Amino acid sequence: MLRILHQIFRTGVVTEPLPEQVEAELAHVGGRLEEAIRRRFHRSLVIREVDAGSCNGCELEIIAMNNPIYNCERYGIQFTASPRFADLLLVTGPVSINMEIALKRTYDATPTPKLVVAVGDCGCHGGIFGESYASLGSVSNVIPVDASIPGCPPTPFDLLNGILRLIDGHQP
Amino acid sequence: MNSLRNTIMTHFGTTASLCLGTCPSSVPQILVPREQFEDVGWVMKKASARLAAEWGVDETLLGRQYAVLACFAQDAEYLLVRCDVPLDDPAFPSLSKKHPPAFRFERQILSLLGLTPTGHVHSDLRPWIKHEDWPPDAWPLRKSFAAGQQMSRVEGEYKWVRAEGEGVYEIPVGPVHAGIIEPGHFRFQAMGEDILNLEERLGYTHKGIEKRFEQLSWKDGARLAGRVSGDSTVAHALTYCRAVEALVEGNVPPRAAWLRAIMLERERIANHLGDIGAIANDAAFAFFFYQFMLLKEHVLRGNKRLFGHRYLMDRIVPGGVAVDLSADGPSLIEEEIISLLAEFERIVKIYDLNASLDDRLRGTGILPAETARELGTVGFVARASGQPLDCRLQAPFSPYDRFPPRMTVLNSCDVHARAWVRIEEIRDSIRLIRELLATLPTGETSAPLKDVPPDQSAFAVVEGWRGEIVYWLHSGPEGEINRCAIRDPSSVNWLALEQAIHGNIVPDFPLCNKSFNQSYSGHDL
Ligand code: SF4
Repeated sequence: MLRILHQIFRTGVVTEPLPEQVEAELAHVGGRLEEAIRRRFHRSLVIREVDAGSCNGCELEIIAMNNPIYNCERYGIQFTASPRFADLLLVTGPVSINMEIALKRTYDATPTPKLVVAVGDCGCHGGIFGESYASLGSVSNVIPVDASIPGCPPTPFDLLNGILRLIDGHQP
Repeated sequence: MNSLRNTIMTHFGTTASLCLGTCPSSVPQILVPREQFEDVGWVMKKASARLAAEWGVDETLLGRQYAVLACFAQDAEYLLVRCDVPLDDPAFPSLSKKHPPAFRFERQILSLLGLTPTGHVHSDLRPWIKHEDWPPDAWPLRKSFAAGQQMSRVEGEYKWVRAEGEGVYEIPVGPVHAGIIEPGHFRFQAMGEDILNLEERLGYTHKGIEKRFEQLSWKDGARLAGRVSGDSTVAHALTYCRAVEALVEGNVPPRAAWLRAIMLERERIANHLGDIGAIANDAAFAFFFYQFMLLKEHVLRGNKRLFGHRYLMDRIVPGGVAVDLSADGPSLIEEEIISLLAEFERIVKIYDLNASLDDRLRGTGILPAETARELGTVGFVARASGQPLDCRLQAPFSPYDRFPPRMTVLNSCDVHARAWVRIEEIRDSIRLIRELLATLPTGETSAPLKDVPPDQSAFAVVEGWRGEIVYWLHSGPEGEINRCAIRDPSSVNWLALEQAIHGNIVPDFPLCNKSFNQSYSGHDL
């Protein structure tokens, strides 16, 4: 136990801006994000992530949003297991035909008002997989989409920035 | 090492023939009559070979028929055995009686290519990857099936394995899981908290990858291979590129070979770090999760700074690598390694001394050595269950022939072993990277490759962080991609998860699952 505490103190707070340009941007975006979430979502934006057929690359970066450096929870972003609690669906894909029904059901199970963000080149336009017998391409081919965050995969910073751009301009 | 090949040639005599001139001599391909395909399974079993992969191909564009190929491996030898399958009788003898992994391979061949496995043992012909609402005659890997067509949904029902009896109940989970992970469906039969049986149903992320390859150039194929399973982008792209290079008998410059290995080891380190943290997290230890995720993040940032992409996507191309390491690259990596290793060892020590973590991980999710061997498991899952398999040793390519990894094999077969093998592998990958940097050759980072000739096939295996990845490529009449068959390590290791869960309690499932951390996308293709 002592060792654990020691390591925690050694590590310190790593979420502070590091001397890279992106860190300064992160601090800036994070501040605005926190403010927008406070204003529009009563301090907590609850996200349900749905992998609708991705290669898992986008998921790695969404998980990284939770690591101690990006630590999205400090801005009020929380990931939930149930779509019933979600304000926002973060959907990666290309949407596979085998996930089409599950995605629609998840969308229907999310209470309105709700936001949908298509993540990654695949979620935005099908990416390298395109549209085929097995892939329906972009998320917007299956459910209504409010914003897109391109990239392959988009970095945690891109994701935070994309979410900020959406909710900052959005009237609840 | 030609013992498997000699065994087959001796057993079959003149009825078997070596396919010469259509594939590189490094991995021989033997043609046997279709009626005797099942015997191949027997003979290979007797020779203690494992069935590494099995797939089908439509060769009608070349004026031929269908064919089924099986890849057997033993020690350092890989052997392909094929049988031709006529268009008017699309069936082939099953290998499943002697080789359990054949069950899923063959269900997949039936589902996607429409070739029926026959024989008295193949009782399981339920579709695999193809879901029950696809038209039953939709066989995407046939040339007559247009890749871009829209399929209508039909009524259908998947027949689950059932368990009956007083007090037995079922828990269906997925495809959308609680966490941020890939989709798949698990069905448990349980009694109280004890799991009686687990059945997986996958295929949710099937995006038609193998068919998609057939529409791409060889060069673009590397980009697609790098997106088969996002966390293994280096390993998949490398296996694909090595198969392309084998097709045209091309060589990559030494510097490129070294850089490829450095990237492959960095991918191994990053994923292992994340996984160990995630395993501890599923045992309710958020401390380790954050510590290991932080280390992983540092490796990803290093990747970005050194090679321009956090996950190293599109850095490996046919003929070499797409980026060079800058002059100060080696010293940057050395600096990174020193601080990474110091932090890592400190955290591992805490991990190792933590009694409550130990209690959760030890004895949980046991995959007995015998089962691991029977199921043909590969990678760290196999090594944690006593199987000394690592194709960096068994099928080495430059620079691994000069710098062999030190393999860790554990015998406790539990979650703890699957985590600890990875701790040792992080250490070893760091050692390898240091040795590679110390000997990094100068010169070109890629070499031009010849055009791919028509009707050639080639094969490659690479040990990604999950284990052995298999690619088989075949060119069509114009020298285009006629078939790209892929076997991710998960395709065999998923079977092992079902076996490791018996007798565990339902709440330990996430922990067991995480200790395997299989790819859904790499399996579903
Ligand atoms: S955008 Fe890139 S990382 Fe994301 S799912 Fe598509 S291929 Fe994978």
